[in-house]
This record gives sequence, structure tokens and C-alpha cells, in this order.
Amino acid sequence: MSIFRLLLTRILQGALLILAVVVFDFLLIHLAPGDPAQMLAGQLGGATAEILAQIRQEYGLDQSVWVQLWTYIRHVATGDLGTSYYYNLPVLSLILQRLPATLLLVVTAQLSAIVAGTFLGAVAAKRPDAWLSRLVDVTALIGYATPVFWLGIMLLILFAYLWPVFPVSGMETVGFSGDALARLLNLLHHLVLPAFTLAFIYLAQYSRLASTNMQNVLRADYIRFARAKGLPERTVTYKHALRNAALPVVTIAGLQFGSILAGAVLVETVFDWPGMGQLTYDSILRRDYPLLIGILLMSAVVVVVVNILTDLSYRIIDPRLRRSP
Amino acid sequence: MVSETAIPSRAASTPAREAWRAFAGNPAAMAGLALFIVIALVAALGPLLYPVDPFAIVSAPMSPPASDLPLGSDYLGRDVLAGLLDGGRVTLVIGISATCCTVSIGVLIGAFAGFYGGWIDAVLMRVTEFFQVLPPLLLAMVLVTLFSPNLMTVIVSIGLVNWTGVARVTRAEFLRIRQQEFVLAERAMGAPTRRIMWRTILPNALPSLIVITTLLVGTAILFEAALSYLGLTDPNVMTWGLMIGQSRNYIWETWWAVTFPGLAIVLTVLGNCLIGDGLTKALNPATRAR
Repeated sequence: MSIFRLLLTRILQGALLILAVVVFDFLLIHLAPGDPAQMLAGQLGGATAEILAQIRQEYGLDQSVWVQLWTYIRHVATGDLGTSYYYNLPVLSLILQRLPATLLLVVTAQLSAIVAGTFLGAVAAKRPDAWLSRLVDVTALIGYATPVFWLGIMLLILFAYLWPVFPVSGMETVGFSGDALARLLNLLHHLVLPAFTLAFIYLAQYSRLASTNMQNVLRADYIRFARAKGLPERTVTYKHALRNAALPVVTIAGLQFGSILAGAVLVETVFDWPGMGQLTYDSILRRDYPLLIGILLMSAVVVVVVNILTDLSYRIIDPRLRRSP
Repeated sequence: MVSETAIPSRAASTPAREAWRAFAGNPAAMAGLALFIVIALVAALGPLLYPVDPFAIVSAPMSPPASDLPLGSDYLGRDVLAGLLDGGRVTLVIGISATCCTVSIGVLIGAFAGFYGGWIDAVLMRVTEFFQVLPPLLLAMVLVTLFSPNLMTVIVSIGLVNWTGVARVTRAEFLRIRQQEFVLAERAMGAPTRRIMWRTILPNALPSLIVITTLLVGTAILFEAALSYLGLTDPNVMTWGLMIGQSRNYIWETWWAVTFPGLAIVLTVLGNCLIGDGLTKALNPATRAR
């Protein structure tokens, strides 16, 4: 099956999944205690009788469930995810406004974790009994057991209060003025702690995974063949073995994107990073249901997209999979 | 000539005993078990030996650790050690209850999918895929927010979002074991389906399920910590995550109020992980040290 047909199949499956999520969101709104009209309007007491009546009519809440569902789907399809109670703005525009900050954080964290993790794992695998390998195992264990928000707080205490190397919060220094380069550096300076916090948990896991894979790969026949050919050890390790060991790491990283998004919620609250995570926390505090449900939907969409991309990249990177569906 | 070597007598060895022997020979696993037992004991007996109400204001706010306040007081003046001890009970109870919930759902779905196959399998697998698309922690946050935060909601929410892994493992095991001869024999004898599924196949799937269940306890504890950090829990119940979350704005002034609860979480989940890893090695005949 060609890549094109594969892409089409995956997109279709993805679209169906997203439709299922929309239906699920609809169910949530209606299953939760309270009047759905209130839910859509906002907190109890936050809407007058007229607005409630208007919402009831607009969303067809006085009609059968199926009509309601169809209306909801129609709204979502046109990009209307409801209006935030607190901000009084369309949910979608709020999310899109905050999305770049979160994507910056999450992508930086994931990429660093993948690159550093694979590299560390590969180096550790070369000498399975040396201290680095043991360190990788122990760090992976501790990284898995550590709550990401606590790690962030500990890092804040250490590197923003005790030894004030990094800023305490935010994405940019308030009232900062300077040329583009200075602003970029300032941004990066703020990015370090939150990105590292988010990356660490996964770095630990990926390095352990890469180490295990690398050890298996190094025992494989084609590596022995490469060595028998007389290739220098460095080429064998980094050109041949590393690529094969990195593959499962990339796959797992892609599949874990959902949990990284949740991690971003926690990290953003710790560091006051103005992204979607911070928005989620605010919507939880304020019981801003339309916004919260909209965020859930958007997260599912992002996860589906990342899964499709991971699936594709996996097949592109590994030539063995190109012919099979 | 027959050599007269004495045959060493050995108690009849069952798979369980073999597994325990393998587990006991693993220092990391035993360390994890010891750690977990210590934490459980502290959680159970601590509040009895140190009967301070974690919500009572017992000293000046933000007091550092001292002889009368072993772990200091938080921004309101509440005893951190009391919170730690009380929180331990709640954390373990929630962790285990939520895991029971998760495993029940996952095993049911996986068993039916793996045993019946066909369209039942297809439908159940689509449901599983659907739940895998929703980020688990995020979904748990939404559920608890929507359905009012109390302990039961937290337990059920965590239970509802983590079952996909269990379902997949159960399904794989049922698919594998279903084809084995002793199962086919039972079917040929006309045993009822219920008996085959739960009395025959499930016990053989236990090794994999035990491992994944153990690790799920750690996940549930981490989830509960995250939820209570965000305030999504019963405000009248002290948990470790809640302690960290409530002192969010005072991490520099009262670092002890956020550091120790977090350490408690790390140690508990670490012990749990080590046990899980040890069980994986002990229950897998391939890696068991002979």
C-alpha cells in the first residue's frame, strides 16, 4: 500500500475517532449534574432566564436528544466550541491563542528527551555493567516515580531561589524591551526550567528504552557483519546501531504525546507558563465547562494528528514496513 | 556401579513458590517490598502514634522544622508531619481502590474481546482505541471537575481512564490461552463459557495481570497526586498532592511543606515500581534465574 493510501486511511480513522470524541463531549455535558443550558451558559446563576431560553432554542435543548447531538456536531464542525464563561470569548480562539506557547514547551521537551535519551542510552549500552548504565537505570526509575509538578517545584527552589540562575515564572520578563535576538534569548532563558522539568521524566524512560534496544541491536547479525567488514567501531555504533535503536523511542514518544499534554498542564501551573495548560487549570478553578470540554476535544485532535504523523514517520524511517499495510 | 549420591529432598515446588524464590533473590525487588511495607506501616500506625489533626493550626505559620514540629508547619501553621501521616493512608487507599476499578473494567473488556473474537472483539477494540486517544490525566481532570470533587469521584475517574493497558494485556492472554489444548478439551466436554473464562483461562493469565496491576497502583498514586495538587479532591481530606498544591505560593518560605510530601510520593511509587519490576522478572520463566 502506498504512503498516500495509508495516509488517507489513517486520516479517515482519525476523523472517526474525533467524531467519537465529539459525541463523548456531548455525553459529558449532558450526564454531568446540572442543567445543560446552564453548562453551556456557564456557572449556575451566571446567566439570566432570557439567555438560558436563547441557548435552549439555539442548541435545541427542548428537542430530542438526536437533534441536540446533531446540532452540537454541526457547531463543532464549524469551529464553534462554545463560549467561555469566564472570558466571554469563543473557546476555540482562546485555545488557539495559547496553543503556540504550549507547543513550544512540549515540542522542546519531547525533542530534547528523545535526542538526549537515545544518546545516553546508546552510550550506556556499550558498557552494560559500567556506572553509566546503572545510572541510567536508576534515573529512569526515579524519573518515573517523580510527580512532574513536584520536580518543577524542586527545580524552582534550587535554581530560581537558592541559586537564582533562572527566572521564577512566566515566558518573558515583564516589561522587557530589546531587539529580537535579546527577546529570543530571554524567551529561551525562561524556557529552560519548564522544558527540562517536562523532559526529565521522559528522558529517563527513553534512555532506559534506548539502552535496552541498543543492547539487543548490538547483538544482531548485521552489526557483526558491519564489524567483520572492518568498519570503525564509531561508525558501527552511531551510523548503524543507533538508528535502529532510536526507532522504538520515536514511536513510544509519539504515542505518549497525550500524557505529555497532561504533564504540560501541571508544569505550566508551576512555572506560570502562559499556555494551554495554564488555561486548563484556570478553567478547572472557575468551573468553566465549555472551555474545559473544548480543551479536551482539542487535545484529542492533537493526539490523533501526532499518532498519524508518528505512524507515517515510522513507516518512512523503516524501509521494511513500506510495502506492508 | 551405582554411585550413592544422596538425592537432596526438596519440598514440592509450585509455580508460586518458584516465583517467590526468584523474587526473594532479587535485591532491588526486596528493597522495594521493604520500602512499600514500611510506608504502609507508617501510614497505618502513624496517625495513631502521632495523633495531630493535619488541619488544626498548631503553631505559628511557616515555622521551619524544629524539635516540637519535626517537619515544620505550612503557611497556615498546620503540622506538616501530621499531614504526611494522614495523607499516607488516603493515598494508599485511593491508589488501591482506583486500581481495583481499573483492573475490573480492563479485565472484563479484554476477556470478552479475547475470548469471543469476531465483531465483539472489533467493537471492544474500537472502544479501547477511543479511550487511548483521550489523554488520561486530562480526562480524569475533566471528569472530577464535572462531577464534583469527592473521593469517590476521584477513585472512579482514575479507574475509568487507565484501563486500556489492562484490557490489551488481558485480551492478548485470552487469545493465547484460548487456543491451548486444555481449554479446547474443556469446551469439548461442554463446560459452560463462564466457567472456562473465569475458572480456567483467567488463572493462567494471572502472571501478566499481577505485574500490570502492581504498576497501576503507582500510576494511580501519581494521578491522585496530580489531581489533588490541582485542587480536584475532597478539601476536607489531606493528601500529599493537596499539601503541595496548597503551598504552591510559598515554596520558598516553606520549602519543607512541599518537599516532604513530594518525597513521600516518590518513595512510595519507587517501592511500587521495584516490586513491579521484580514481579516481572520473577513471573517470566525466561528471565527467572535458575
